[in-house]
Amino acid sequence: MGELWKALNGHDPDFFIKNLFEYELFGQKLHITTAHVCVLLVMLVIVIFAICAGRAIRKAAVTDTPTPFQNFVELIVEMLNKMVTGVMGGSAKNFVNYISTIFIFILISNISGLFGLRPPTAYYGVTLPLGLISFCMIFYNKIKHQKVSGFLKGLCEPWVFWAPINIIGDIAVPISMSLRLFANVLSGTVMMALIYSLLPVFVKIGIPSVLHIYFDLFSGAIQTYVFCMLTMTYVTDAIGEEG
Amino acid sequence: MNFKFDADTMNGIIHACSAIGAGLAVIAGIGPGIGQGIAAGYAASAAGRNPGAKSDITSTMLLGQAVAETTGLYGLLVAMLLMFVKPLDM
Repeated sequence: MGELWKALNGHDPDFFIKNLFEYELFGQKLHITTAHVCVLLVMLVIVIFAICAGRAIRKAAVTDTPTPFQNFVELIVEMLNKMVTGVMGGSAKNFVNYISTIFIFILISNISGLFGLRPPTAYYGVTLPLGLISFCMIFYNKIKHQKVSGFLKGLCEPWVFWAPINIIGDIAVPISMSLRLFANVLSGTVMMALIYSLLPVFVKIGIPSVLHIYFDLFSGAIQTYVFCMLTMTYVTDAIGEEG
Repeated sequence: MNFKFDADTMNGIIHACSAIGAGLAVIAGIGPGIGQGIAAGYAASAAGRNPGAKSDITSTMLLGQAVAETTGLYGLLVAMLLMFVKPLDM
């Protein structure tokens, strides 16, 4: 009975990052893991899409009726422009490229779980740099637009002795942003792995698709939106009134 | 009292306590649950009062809920670390 149960139930939960290839650099052992491969696959998809889109737009003439693909690309660009302009207002044109890039990257990463990849955003080495880039953008814009004096004044906002708490609050921004994205996608990945290892073989067809819609599509899209929205809000806040 | 566990027993105790700790850490989910429920309730009442602004209300609600979820996710992360990374192993 136990053997049969095991055969029907499939395998143990499988959501770990696996080591594919090992090499040595400056006396240190480094690994190429499934996370790297998944990031590269996602990047490959985005790059191929970008090349096709660029070619389609360059070929398009004003007089032609747009092809469906061209319409699709224009729809995406218009949607992203609207989203960024809605939050950032006048300074949107400086940031729309970056925000659109991370939006597309995070979105494709999150929904890559649908295609059997382990989502790259379920790996802290991917989300922490995204958070750090946002942090650098916030810091740079604060210095640029409020000058050093305004920055220091903002640090001692209600009272001089509040400065340490304000500094901790500033440092917490990239950590909380990256951990939020990471933990959301990781929890979805782990849940899906547990469900796949729990279900018997004959229930595995069809039933998990409902959960895929929630964990991969809905949660992934929401978290993408939240990450971009928070980056934009913080940067707008850093630019201040004049922007 | 001079009583000492051998290494295997000690590891077993550590694993058991890690599992209990993981279970306790996931209790952190209560807070975000209540918070998200409150946010959704107010969003529903706002949409009832002003149906024209429904899409704005929905996006604001989802943003707030996703931010409120963070504390619960920290609890989940601690549970995962205890269960799968096992930092306390000897």
